Amino acid sequence: MQRHLISAADLTRDDAVLILDTAEEMARVADRPIKKLPTLRGRTVVNLFFEDSTRTRISFEAAEKRLSADVINFTAKGSSVSKGESLKDTAQTLEAMGVDAVVIRHGASGAPYRLATSGWIDAHVINAGDGTHQHPTQALLDAFTMRRRLVGRDSGIGKDLDGRRITLVGDVLHSRVARSNVDLLHTLGAHVTLVAPPTLLPVGVETWPCEVSYDLDSTLPKSDAVMMLRVQRERMNAAFFPTEREYSRRYGLDGDRMAKMPEHAIVMHPGPMVRGMEITAEVADSDRCTVVEQVTNGVSIRMAVLYLLLGGNEPAQTRTEEK
Amino acid sequence: MSKILIRGAKVLGGEPQDVLIDGETIEAVGTGLSAEGAEVVEAGGKVLLPGLVDLHTHLREPGREDSETVLTGTRAAASGGYTTVFAMANTFPVADTAGVVEQVWRLGKESGYCDVRPIGAVTVGLEGAKLAELGAMHESAAGVTVFSDDGKCVHDAVIMRRALEYVKAFDGVVAQHAQEPRLTEGAQMNEGVVSAELGLGGWPAVAEESVIARDVLLAEHVGSRVHICHLSTAGSVEIVRWAKSRGIRVTAEVTPHHLLLTDELVRSYNPVYKVNPPLRTERDVHALREALADGTIDIVATDHAPHPHEDKDCEWAAAAMGMVGLETALSVVQETMVDTGLLDWAGVADRMSVKPAQIGQAAGQGRPVSAGEPANLTLVDTEYRGRVDPAGFASRSRNTPYEGRELPGRVTHTWLRGKATLVDGKLT
Repeated sequence: MQRHLISAADLTRDDAVLILDTAEEMARVADRPIKKLPTLRGRTVVNLFFEDSTRTRISFEAAEKRLSADVINFTAKGSSVSKGESLKDTAQTLEAMGVDAVVIRHGASGAPYRLATSGWIDAHVINAGDGTHQHPTQALLDAFTMRRRLVGRDSGIGKDLDGRRITLVGDVLHSRVARSNVDLLHTLGAHVTLVAPPTLLPVGVETWPCEVSYDLDSTLPKSDAVMMLRVQRERMNAAFFPTEREYSRRYGLDGDRMAKMPEHAIVMHPGPMVRGMEITAEVADSDRCTVVEQVTNGVSIRMAVLYLLLGGNEPAQTRTEEK
Repeated sequence: MSKILIRGAKVLGGEPQDVLIDGETIEAVGTGLSAEGAEVVEAGGKVLLPGLVDLHTHLREPGREDSETVLTGTRAAASGGYTTVFAMANTFPVADTAGVVEQVWRLGKESGYCDVRPIGAVTVGLEGAKLAELGAMHESAAGVTVFSDDGKCVHDAVIMRRALEYVKAFDGVVAQHAQEPRLTEGAQMNEGVVSAELGLGGWPAVAEESVIARDVLLAEHVGSRVHICHLSTAGSVEIVRWAKSRGIRVTAEVTPHHLLLTDELVRSYNPVYKVNPPLRTERDVHALREALADGTIDIVATDHAPHPHEDKDCEWAAAAMGMVGLETALSVVQETMVDTGLLDWAGVADRMSVKPAQIGQAAGQGRPVSAGEPANLTLVDTEYRGRVDPAGFASRSRNTPYEGRELPGRVTHTWLRGKATLVDGKLT
């Protein structure tokens, strides 16, 4: 494992499988009466959030606390950042307070990479989402969810997603989730297909390790998992698509479309969902939809990442059982 | 003024010759010239060029003296072998009145390191809506001949048409920063494979090319000449080539950085590579080099754009666009054009001195190195190779993309009308 987690593209297949396996160990902790490990006792982790994201912040916070880390939450709103302080000064200020790891969410693509590589600070950097670039822990929790559902909780240990067919649908252009997932799923041996209107695919997508389709209906029967990406309503004002209704008709997932998927196939969504836009309530609330599971798995994955980056490189099993 | 004998210099890269300067003028060029009464500079096979002329420099004064002043900028220019720079209009206040251009012109005179020719804004406040008083700027002491809203595009077709027409009255030229604004909203880097991966807003080539296509057609329609700033794409080259073949009076510049660097460098997210227009692809770089060699692109211009450290020591999206270039331009041109065999030193003199002086009508600049001509000269040690160290820059800013990169060539001497501004690599 590397010192930082910036991009899903930086993970090797073995790194990724190790994280998924470790997350399974971490998930067992959640089943215990006392959901806590002493692993990061005395270590300080700051959640440095320049963008509002309650769910990601809380997920990291839960993971940090279950590993017994001391947690500092820093949100840019109302802080020195809103008074014009630079990213560099903010980071250095936090490090001067003795922070061991920085979990950063930032609106600018590449901000975590800058933080990790500019010599500003020595702490571990974990990317919790940067602009339209990457969101690696999201991709990991998605892969974890897929492995559990499509390979098996116990039988999946040590395995990747070899040959699984994963379809991502929606606003790929503005999505860090899509970028991270394409990278990671490819590394794990899955076949990825992106489905979107051409306006919501980046120029250059043709070089990505995936297929691209404009036609959802023909892709659904060939999918083991379908991940719906959030589509912000304001995109239609910038002419990415004509109307919300037209988007839903062509690219939204409703019950009829879900019926075209193979019986074992799952529906995923990184949240927050825009019901009635990319997904109907019928689908969102169905048994095949893993949204809530993904949230639970997010905590396990983030525990695994923190553990492996800060706690050491040994497999989680030996470490946890020692203690 | 005393006499200076430059002994054994390869004039425009030719056979070694002596060049005798008397006062402000070249008195003689030949072999075995008498050194009597003259200070001798042993050129030892270095290449002698006419003083370089930069049609595109940001001196930042007035308004952003924290990044550059006319004095520091002209010192940087002399260090890089320049004897004239054209100062862009996007200062604070904008150089859109006779008063501001005269101030910049006067500061240039006082600096004494190179001639400063202010560029006037095309529109008031660079806002693209209302023509600035172009005639008043031309008639001022600054004698403005080049007009540009650089940093912003004159995007309104009617305003562009009128500007092209209006400056014909005094043979001015409009230098267009070609960037369709709607196509580049939120643009952070070249749109392509790399931007798709990095999740940075794309600046598509078509946003440049469509404006150039429109403007060459406008220039043809109204019979004006138009100059294209910092042309950066292979497609733009094709359009300018086509326009020239039709007889349209278009000239174009390329920056040193677009001749060398590509958008692959943006993968570092280091904003030192953030520039407008953005770094493009390998294919574009090669097309630009070919076009500069065959004359489709007329000149090299630096787009020297100083920024204070804090404006680059940050995340990519928050960083300012631009790179300093005056002190590395000739080295980059040697690396990309001369050492590759695309251009000889006479060609470099043409692209970096003669043609820019002609486009900007800088009298006494870009002249032949021959008897009777003004002694604006640059002596270059073309055998030198060394790493770029921004700590040694004369510019107030350090935002160079070449830090630590090994480049050939070093300007050792610069003379402005016979007065040495740079001696043995040191400013006077």
